[in-house]
Amino acid sequence: MKKTFNILVCGVGGQGTLLASNIIADAAMDSGYDVKKSEIHGMAQRGGSVTSHVRFGEHIESPIMRKGECDILLSFELLESVRSIGFLKPGGTLITNTQKILPMSVSAGGQVYPDNILDVFAESSIKFTAIDAIGKALELGNQKVLNIILLGVLSKQLPEISVETWENSIKKLLKPKLHELNLKAFNLGRNYN
Amino acid sequence: MNNSAKKAFLSGNAAIARGAWEAGCKFAAAYPGTPSTEIMEFCGTYDEIDAQWAVNEKTAMETVIGACFGGTRAICSQKHVGLNVAADPFFTASYIGVNAGLVIVTADDPGMHSSQNEQDNRYYAMMSKMPLLEPSDSQEAKDMTIEAFEISERFNTPVLIRTTTRVSHSETIVQLGERREQPEKEFVPDMNRYCTLPNISRQMHVKVEKRALELEKYAAEESKFNYITMGDPKIGIIASGVAYRHAKEAFPQASFLKLGMSWPYPNELIKRFASKVQKVIVIEEGDPFIEKAVRTLGINCVGKNLVPLCGELNPDILSEVLSEVVSPHLPVKTGIKHTELASEVPVPGRPPVLCPGCPHRGIFYVLSKLKCIVTGDIGCYSLGAYAPHNAMHSIVCMGASITTAMGLSKAMKDKIKGKLVAVIGESTFMHSGMTSLLDTVYNKGNHLTIILDNSITAMTGHQPNPASGKTLKGEPAKSLDFVKVCHALGISKVSTVDPFDLKAVETLVKARLQDDEPSVIIAQRPCYLLKDYKPKIRKVTIDIDKCVKCGMCLKVGCPAVEVDPVDKKTRLNMALCVHCGLCAQMCKPGAITQEQEEN
Repeated sequence: MKKTFNILVCGVGGQGTLLASNIIADAAMDSGYDVKKSEIHGMAQRGGSVTSHVRFGEHIESPIMRKGECDILLSFELLESVRSIGFLKPGGTLITNTQKILPMSVSAGGQVYPDNILDVFAESSIKFTAIDAIGKALELGNQKVLNIILLGVLSKQLPEISVETWENSIKKLLKPKLHELNLKAFNLGRNYN
Repeated sequence: MNNSAKKAFLSGNAAIARGAWEAGCKFAAAYPGTPSTEIMEFCGTYDEIDAQWAVNEKTAMETVIGACFGGTRAICSQKHVGLNVAADPFFTASYIGVNAGLVIVTADDPGMHSSQNEQDNRYYAMMSKMPLLEPSDSQEAKDMTIEAFEISERFNTPVLIRTTTRVSHSETIVQLGERREQPEKEFVPDMNRYCTLPNISRQMHVKVEKRALELEKYAAEESKFNYITMGDPKIGIIASGVAYRHAKEAFPQASFLKLGMSWPYPNELIKRFASKVQKVIVIEEGDPFIEKAVRTLGINCVGKNLVPLCGELNPDILSEVLSEVVSPHLPVKTGIKHTELASEVPVPGRPPVLCPGCPHRGIFYVLSKLKCIVTGDIGCYSLGAYAPHNAMHSIVCMGASITTAMGLSKAMKDKIKGKLVAVIGESTFMHSGMTSLLDTVYNKGNHLTIILDNSITAMTGHQPNPASGKTLKGEPAKSLDFVKVCHALGISKVSTVDPFDLKAVETLVKARLQDDEPSVIIAQRPCYLLKDYKPKIRKVTIDIDKCVKCGMCLKVGCPAVEVDPVDKKTRLNMALCVHCGLCAQMCKPGAITQEQEEN
């Protein structure tokens, strides 16, 4: 009987969260798991909160995980990590990009973007990795690969899926001309401490 | 996709298209609408399926009815409210029956992720006496689509498939099959078969009622999608759609009656199940559709007295609301401990916004500035209702902006004169706004209508329409001339304007609001996200020293225009800015400027 894994990917529309969750699902399927993935395409093309539930195991019923069931929360944006943290189980793992994208409610002057998010995480019982994925992506020359860098960090937490499977899924879901750059990004993330 | 690899990871929508393809379907039509849109996009990826974007759901429905008369298996899909538009041909199609198989998909949106209501379209099946299938995941979505074509031809009826957002947009593993070509059926003109004249329809109705009884027997005795799995007999759950999956997750030890074919109600099967269990619980998303059948049979059950009527369901909700009923008999996982940090950090909301570079933004700025009363419509531009514009004051349904405005003016007369504007996207105008405009001309309405022409059906993810000049399959098509159409409908004052030119928009709107006749302004600029749209760039820059914190630039409501939390001066987020120049037009002190030369 295989253990059930619950991965929640969250971020802001336009950041590449959906590709990341597609790759996780594909790699899990190729590793022999039953997989279900659920996300909502909300109103407007970009700029809203996006979450994607990826569940895999021996047999999965609901495409939606319960609160407190999430093994790993993979967050593309700092504020979004707080918004979704309630899904994480006690002692679960948070991997978060340190990027801040100001919502209109903040950028237009009304509300405040909290500045103590990382401190709150540090004082809590959760295991967390914070990474400046945009900075790392720019080191590789393309901001867009931040999603694959984060995926690399995640892959380290999932020994059940082999490196070859991850790389294979990345190649399957991306155009050939993007393979070299994205495999580099994946390995950068995988070796991040 | 066309090759039959063994299994694939598909959304419910992709699986329905795959099922149609495997069933030998050759024709498909739809108007886009979340969460149904991708069904037709995926149908379009198969060479064997002639798939097309219709201008509205009614024309789509009528076209597939014609294709089914013509002897090929056909499918149409729409969101729940889209079936309202197509309801007229839908009901009569049930009377006529089919030549080749006809499948109709309604994608309901509990939770209203992108909709104006959460109507439960299962009632359409009951009301039209059409069989109803409710898939719970992508495998079932594919299998039921194939089965729907079989039922359609065997029982001489169109078949309704109802998905909900979580089925449409979740992805699960699907075993793929081969395509089975179907023999073409001949269309033989036959008044008694295809002409719903009263004397003929009277006979058709009798057949429809007989057919419903046969279908009930099929649903209770034969359908592979209705089955009992006995667990602990103390709790018996009757469930359909994705609610079944949530219920299995929440109460894995219970006994289940899974209803995949939920109308006609499989009454005998429901009675048999109820006799095997001690307590019956009905779990379904939306209205108490199945629950009513259970209660009508005299079976006492738990249902919508505890399970929410509003919004989506999920395993957490079910455990919580049914814990009291289930926990005396079976273990319930409730109150799982989870990380609760959110309360320590206030989290500002992140509602959807008009994208940077959106051509609608300039129009809403001007309408807001002129304090217009705006009747709105369905599309990305519905976001004009939110701050900072607050420039949309009613939203009803597709095409309603123009005629709602006429009604407002008839009721309010001079109180609203010179202020009233209807705003409608070009796709929505073609969908059902043209008739409204004609009605306005005919009945002497006198308001201004602004057509926002961004050349694409943007909200649902960029589907081409008659304004785009190409079809779903990417072939060139005639492009509609909006100016000519408006003239032809009887509007004499028709103007076009670039919505990025705020001064021109304001001058034009002011002039038209003075008129005593109906008028149209067409704001023309493509959606900035269009793949092949490469506008010339005139760079926007900011000199912070010149910023006087007047806040005028914030009035255009662009996500790229930010206020620095420390010095309260404006900053431009260049990662988001696309140099549309609206903020520069707002900046009187000249802190934000735009280059004159294009490059």
